[in-house]
Amino acid sequence: MAVASKYLPGAKKAHGNQDNEHELRQHLMHDPRPRGELNQMVMESMYATSWKFWVVFAILSILTATCFFYAWGYMIAEGLGVAGVMRPSYWGIFLVNTVFWIGISHAGTFISAILRVFKAEFRRPFTRAAELMTTFGLIQAGASIFMHMGRVWLSYWMLPIPNERQLWPNFHSPLMWDLLAITTYVLGSTMYLFLPLIPDLAMARDRSTGWRKTFFKILALGFRGTEGEWLHLRTAMNIFAFAIIPVMFSVHTIVSWDFAMSMRPGWSSTVFGPYFVVGALHSGMGAVAIVLFIMRATMKHMGYFIRAEHFDALGKLMLTVSMAWAYFFFNDYIVQWYGGDKWTDTLLHWHESGPMAWMFFSMLILNIAVPWLILWNRKFRQTPWLLASVGLLINVGMWFERYIIIPVSLTINRMPFTWKLYFPRIEIFLTIGTFAMFLLFYLIASRLIPLVPVWEVEEGQMAHSLTKVGRAVVPSVSEIDLTVE
Amino acid sequence: MSLNVDLNRMGAKGAIAEEAEGKWGMVIDQDICTGCQACVAACAMENNLPFVMEEDAGYGRTMHWIRIERFWEGEYPEVHTGFQPMLCQQCGNAPCEPVCPVFATVHSQSDQINLQVYNRCVGTRYCANNCPYQVRSFNWRDYALEPFHANDVDGQIVFPLHNQFNPDVTVRRRGVMEKCTFCIQRIHKAEDTAKSQGREVQDGEMVPACAQACPANAITFGRLDDPESLVSQLAHQDRAVKHLEELNTLPRITYLKEG
Repeated sequence: MAVASKYLPGAKKAHGNQDNEHELRQHLMHDPRPRGELNQMVMESMYATSWKFWVVFAILSILTATCFFYAWGYMIAEGLGVAGVMRPSYWGIFLVNTVFWIGISHAGTFISAILRVFKAEFRRPFTRAAELMTTFGLIQAGASIFMHMGRVWLSYWMLPIPNERQLWPNFHSPLMWDLLAITTYVLGSTMYLFLPLIPDLAMARDRSTGWRKTFFKILALGFRGTEGEWLHLRTAMNIFAFAIIPVMFSVHTIVSWDFAMSMRPGWSSTVFGPYFVVGALHSGMGAVAIVLFIMRATMKHMGYFIRAEHFDALGKLMLTVSMAWAYFFFNDYIVQWYGGDKWTDTLLHWHESGPMAWMFFSMLILNIAVPWLILWNRKFRQTPWLLASVGLLINVGMWFERYIIIPVSLTINRMPFTWKLYFPRIEIFLTIGTFAMFLLFYLIASRLIPLVPVWEVEEGQMAHSLTKVGRAVVPSVSEIDLTVE
Repeated sequence: MSLNVDLNRMGAKGAIAEEAEGKWGMVIDQDICTGCQACVAACAMENNLPFVMEEDAGYGRTMHWIRIERFWEGEYPEVHTGFQPMLCQQCGNAPCEPVCPVFATVHSQSDQINLQVYNRCVGTRYCANNCPYQVRSFNWRDYALEPFHANDVDGQIVFPLHNQFNPDVTVRRRGVMEKCTFCIQRIHKAEDTAKSQGREVQDGEMVPACAQACPANAITFGRLDDPESLVSQLAHQDRAVKHLEELNTLPRITYLKEG
């Protein structure tokens, strides 16, 4: 197809009026196709499954079964002794993974809610992919919290339900706030994922047969696309888009309070709330870049929907968030250092020159140096594999950041006699397990639901048009987008 | 102009807690502590503390409720060794209490000490993270019950602890936090005896296992709210210090520093 060559990375930058139109047509919004064709493309991307898919599926299933379910079951049966946690690092990689996965989950809300509210047009083809990240990431975050509990089978004692023991959870505890915040976020983001999915499910229902038809029929809730249904749907989406934003900010702030509310050196920092939120966006944006790259490389027709312009916009976001993260990191660091508290000072020296100093400096390089050196260049930003690699490195850096905050900082406390370095044991397998499960969910979702919100793309293409004014071609946007009024 | 502010009326937490001196307290004289670890052994016997075996102990998973911290000062040959027995300070304003999501670590109103409710604990280990003294120990495995951790004699599995369990103290299973209780079973026993004889508990009538075992008499236990008791008088000496006092945890244990 002719379209295929237009958006490839390294496509020559056009000059002159005649090429001006060619350049504008490289944007998804100005490269419209008939609605039927778009629908067909999205359906084909779900059905086109090669043997490679099943190989990856099998590997991920085996990893999930062994590293997640078997390892966790073994740990429940044996006790937490098979993990590496001890005095003084009572919290280990489990909490690192929890914070990491909640961070990943923030990208979905940010891209789909904030960019929707601000009418950022480049969001249209990949809001769904980002929202799925929220839901699947939160599942892994929740699993990691439960893994870390000593008696996970009694975790329901944290729920405020009437019981025969006449006991009530302690709402003074940051862990209770955590439980409430994460539960709210899971429910809200899942509903917010589902609402924009309804028109696409209805579309898929009308174009499928067999068990898939039944599946879509149930999920589409009888959506027919009437004016009234759209009105209600848009109202609901509008409410959720605005309501989920403060929830998103509060969740990671509350997660940071698990640390900030304590009495430990290095943890009780008042800037932890916004610092964690920005850190979450940092890793989340990187993860979106990875997912977009994989979608585009492996799924049929995705080259049409996900283009250089999207990677470009995402790259700019990643660069901005990286700068914000650097600012908050500096703020957190300099205030603690300037405070001159004996134990905090010891801790900061431990970070910089202790046995985990390599991790501290890798974190700075991966989170700051790598994005700042690469993402300033448009050509680099528009190269999908390069952007995905930067995203991967940022995620490694952000995982290191959480590792430094939790087990490495826990090593230093006010009782020097107990200082000891933490080494993960079964946590390594469980970490692999959560990653495998996350990818497995994505893999299954890519075959069951349309990963591209095709109605949003169609809506955007209808709103955008190219008009000729004299010899110049001018893009224009009409206000049919009723999502935000 | 002076501000006439009553912090207690305002409800400032620190001010109120400061007034409460506490009920039971302990004084540890670091000058006469020899670091012999008899208190550690006695505590383990009294409170059913399990052996965690070599590997786990080396990795920082000892379950002792009291430990002897050993410090060296100076350069060889002028080395001075200091011993600091460290156990739960039974803080009046305890950092471990508010962070527990299920009220497993609570403050006893009647005894003015921190209690750990083993049955209620779900094992989040937040209390241990927030304890500035690092004196809480977690049951990483079923140390007390698993035959894996027992001696193997003549092909028969032996549970070394089973013949000497203290029937007054719960045996903890895996996944729960535990810590020093000031031998609350002995406190209750002494109180019950005194009550049945229609009198108050005498000073020195009740001693915890660590104080009982200490050959140097470095540990003294008694009522802090009784100014006549030995422990109150020792606690008001010039040598008396409290650990990490700047955190306002209001520890009930006073250390008499060397010198």
